[in-house]
This record gives sequence, structure tokens and C-alpha cells, in this order.
Amino acid sequence: MTASTGTKALPTPTKPSALSTWISENSGAAIRAVLLPLTGIFFFLILWSASASHIVTSLGKFPGPADVATQAMTLLQEHRDERAKANAFYERQEARNADRVAKDPSYTPKFRQYTGKPTFIDQIFTSLYTVLMGFFLASLIAIPLGIVIGLSEKLYAAANPLIQLFKPVSPLAWLPLVTMVVSALYVSENPTFEKSFVTSVITVMLCSLWPTVLNTAVGVSAISPDLLNVSRVLRLGWFTHVWKIVLPSAMPMIFTGLRLSLGVAWMVLIAAEMLAQNPGLGKFVWDEFQNGSSNSLARIMTAVLVIGAVGYLLDRAMLGLLRTVSWDKSASTR
Amino acid sequence: MQPVHLELTSVDMEFPTPKGPFCALKNVNLKIDKGEFISLIGHSGCGKSTVLNIVAGLYEATRGGVLLDGREVRGPGPERAVVFQNHSLLPWLTVWQNVELAVDTVFKRTKSKAEKKEWIEHNLNLVHMDHAMDKRPAEISGGMKQRVGIARALAMEPEVLLMDEPFGALDALTRAHLQDSLMEIQATLKNTVIMVTHDVDEAVLLSDRIVMMSNGPAADVGEISHVDLERPRDRLVLADKPEYNHFRHQVLRFLYEKQVKVETIPAAAPATESENVDADSEDKTTDRVA
Repeated sequence: MTASTGTKALPTPTKPSALSTWISENSGAAIRAVLLPLTGIFFFLILWSASASHIVTSLGKFPGPADVATQAMTLLQEHRDERAKANAFYERQEARNADRVAKDPSYTPKFRQYTGKPTFIDQIFTSLYTVLMGFFLASLIAIPLGIVIGLSEKLYAAANPLIQLFKPVSPLAWLPLVTMVVSALYVSENPTFEKSFVTSVITVMLCSLWPTVLNTAVGVSAISPDLLNVSRVLRLGWFTHVWKIVLPSAMPMIFTGLRLSLGVAWMVLIAAEMLAQNPGLGKFVWDEFQNGSSNSLARIMTAVLVIGAVGYLLDRAMLGLLRTVSWDKSASTR
Repeated sequence: MQPVHLELTSVDMEFPTPKGPFCALKNVNLKIDKGEFISLIGHSGCGKSTVLNIVAGLYEATRGGVLLDGREVRGPGPERAVVFQNHSLLPWLTVWQNVELAVDTVFKRTKSKAEKKEWIEHNLNLVHMDHAMDKRPAEISGGMKQRVGIARALAMEPEVLLMDEPFGALDALTRAHLQDSLMEIQATLKNTVIMVTHDVDEAVLLSDRIVMMSNGPAADVGEISHVDLERPRDRLVLADKPEYNHFRHQVLRFLYEKQVKVETIPAAAPATESENVDADSEDKTTDRVA
């Protein structure tokens, strides 16, 4: 037996290195922050690939993690190719125009948009734009509505049954109605927005209103009576009272509502895009489903993961916003 | 004789409850001169805070009313500024902004921007809080918050300063410190002050008159003690003076001999423990005797 193995078996108490000290001091936090989530993901991937190989559909085997990774790369490559094509198109057009102007100075050059099909990456951004539009409109209605309802017990009692009634309604139920109403009312020669876009935005709005309305109303009605007394002693006018006392006081609750609303909006959007045929991730999924190639399932699975990731990032962004605007540092920030 | 500054005339206060109206105050009469420091003292639940809230206009008396310089008090207003027990600072504003809100509201048109700034600083100086003007309430101690609360009330330039157990939530040392500060401020500003307290020493130290309230329900003014101790007062010097102890005893006698507080036991509490009657019976009888 050599000396080195002997020291391994019975380690002499030496001064620990800086790294090992750091690890032992922060091991709890480090494990929780990095190791445990990684372990979770690892087991999920194993479970996924193990079960995927046993599921055989009419479109072939259910895609495992490797297939999805390949398709994700393909989608990225398709996006790059499409961009290259578009750039080449614009270059050609520019060269052609420059040529004609050189020959005939009176010629006014024509510019045409490239009309290639939107790529997966384009559709992610279309979806983001649509969801933010719907969420913005919803907030524009929900926050003032919540404040007005929260300020008056009578109004709250009157509005509450309606809110409870509409809150659980699925976007799929709203969509046919919204589609018909938009078709009837949104008539214009040269529309700024596509009808399918307007339909999606309104559906998202209708479904994501409620968490913000409810949380704002609760936040406003839960304002401390002491602060109300301060407002009364100062004889603040209605508007100043709302602006200086009520709104800041309810801010943490309002943002909690907004965060929930954005989550709902993102979930609803995918369904709305599928049915309204608005370009976006929902339509991508639907088109791949209709397409039915051997790659379709892996491409849909890629979309599923991207939808999840975008939803997570949106939620984190709202949480960051909540933390910066909220004066109440003890408010829920998980 | 000069007209009375602040006058409460046969004030009754009833609160509606599910079991019918609860009469908190019955026939409260009080006359207060300009610049007087009045303490309202009594056992908890005797309605001393209710009196203060009626003067503030936060409650409306069921019968009778309050006259301030001959005008009837209707609703709250900055001329009757209130220092609340739990400071009631707006937690999202800094110390400076909290006072600024009051100054901006009260002197909207009468003071220029520079004058307002100076006035805010002046009042924060007065309570020795000029070093923490940019701190938020969560970042300062309870005593400091109460100082800011006082600065905010003083910044309204009130006719009457109303204080609802202003130092009740503070520890003894901080409380003594703030009492000294308040006496110092009072010596320069000579405000009319009504303070609700349950601290006998505090009442004697600060007041010109101590209004002792009888126990509720249907509480009223029991006795009034004129504390004619010379000002400025020093708590250490006073502690040995017989006059000071005379006033202390007067209030203590009122509270603990004439108005013995009987703690009523909620009827539901013993009933739920009916199984343990034997073990508890002794305690209950002693409670009833007390």
C-alpha cells in the first residue's frame, strides 16, 4: 500500500482550499440553485426519451429529446435561409432599380416587399406582439375598472357575480362570437390590422381581464383605514386621493393581478391563434398538425417547449417589474 | 372673558351593533383654551379615542357637537391635524415626501415652491428628523416614524393638534425622548393639543389639564386635574417634587379607586370549556369578584 492511498483513506486535517470552503459554506444554496433543477431536468429527459420510443403514432414514433433538438436546429436553419433569401431579393431589387435609374433618370424605382412565408422565429415574435397588444388593452380596461369597483362596496357587490361568471369562460367559447362581431364591425378598405389579428387580440383581452380586475379591486378595498384617515384629514380631492393614496397602496396587488393576467393571456393566445388562423405559434402548431409529415410531431414539440420558455420569461419579466415598482418588499415575489 | 377656543357640548356617541346601538359616550362636555395642552386619560375602552376622533371629525357625534372658534366641526380637516398611534405614514413615500404631501395640500396656493420646501425642512428640523429625509418609513425606527408623523401634523399649521396615544407603541426610553421633544416644540409653537394617553406620568409631565374619563359604556368626563407645574419641566427634577407626585396620585386614585376597571369575560369563552369546569371554577369565581 502506498502512502498516497493511505492519505486518501485517512485524510489528514489540512487547511481546506478556498474553493472547498466556499462550496461547503454555500453548498445548501448551490445545490438548491443549480443541482436540484438540473437533476429534475435530467430525469425528465430520461423519462421522456424512454416513453417516447414506445409510442407509435400514424406519423411515426413520438419524438424524443434528440429528434426535437434536431428539429429545433432545422427550424433555426430554415429561418437563416429565409433571411438570406430575403436579403438576396432586396439586393437584386436594389441593383435592378439602380440600373434602371442610371439608364433613365426620370424613372421612379418600385419597391416590393419580400413575400416569403413566415419562419418559426418570425412566428414567435408575431405571437409576442399579439399577446402584448391583448394584455395591454386588457390592462387598460381592467385597472381602472378594478379601482372603481374596489372603491365602492356597492359597485363591487354589483359587479362581482358578472366577474365570477365570465372569469372561467374558455377562449374557445369566445372565439366564434368575437370572429363574427369583428367581421361585422371591423370593415375597412385598407385595414391597419388583419382581421385574424384583431380577433386574437380581443379574445386574449376578454380572457385575461379578470385576474387584474379582481386583484386591483381587492388591493384597493384592502387599503389601510389609517391611510384613508390621513387622506380625510388632508381633505384630498377624489382624484388626488386615488392617485396619491389608493393607487400606490394597491400597486403590489395590481401587479400581482397583471402577472396572473399575462400568464392567462399567453395560454389563451395559442388557442386563439390556432382557431383564428392568426400567424403565430398557435398557427404554426396547427399547420404542422395539418401537414402531417414525419417531422411534424418533433416540430410541434419544439413549439411546445418554446411556448413554455416564452411564458416563463414573460412571467419573470413581470416579477422583475413587480419588484421594482412595489414598495412592499414583503409582498409575494415567488 | 375671551370666547372659548374649542368646545365640546353634550356630546353623545352611539355605535350601531348587531345587538342594537352601543352608547360609547354620554354627555361629554369640555372647554379648551387656546394653547392649552390637554390629556385624555382613562381605562381602555372608555371612549377617549372616540372623543379625539369626534374632534378630528373622523366620527360624527350622535348628539351634541364640537365648536372650534365658534364654528361647528363638520368632517375632518387639516386645521385639526391628527398624529395617529401607528404613525400612518405612506410607506411608498420618503420621509420628505410624506411631509410634502401635507404641505402641498394645505398650502397649495398660499406658499411658493421655495417657501414650501423651506417649510418642510423647518418642520423636519423641529422633530430632529432632517438627517433621514430621503429614507422610507420601513427604513427608520418606530420612534423616528412617530417623529415624522408629528412633523407632518405640525406642517399643516393646525389650530388644534390631536394625538391618539402617540407614544403608546414605543419603548420607554424612546417614549421619554419623544416626550421631551414634544415639550420643546410645544414651548416654541404653543399649539392647542389634545392627547389621548394611558400613561399617568406622561399625562402629568406634558399637560396643563388632565381630563379623566369614567369607564364606558356611556362614558363621560369624570374629573379634571389642573397641572400647574412650572414650565419648562424636567422629568428628573419633577420626580422628587411633592407637587408632581400629588398630581400623579390624583390621577392614579381616580383610575384605580374611583373607576376600577372590571374586565368582563366574554360569555362564550367559559361555555366552550364546560368539560373543565372543576379545574377552572376557582379562577372564574375570583374573576367575578374582581
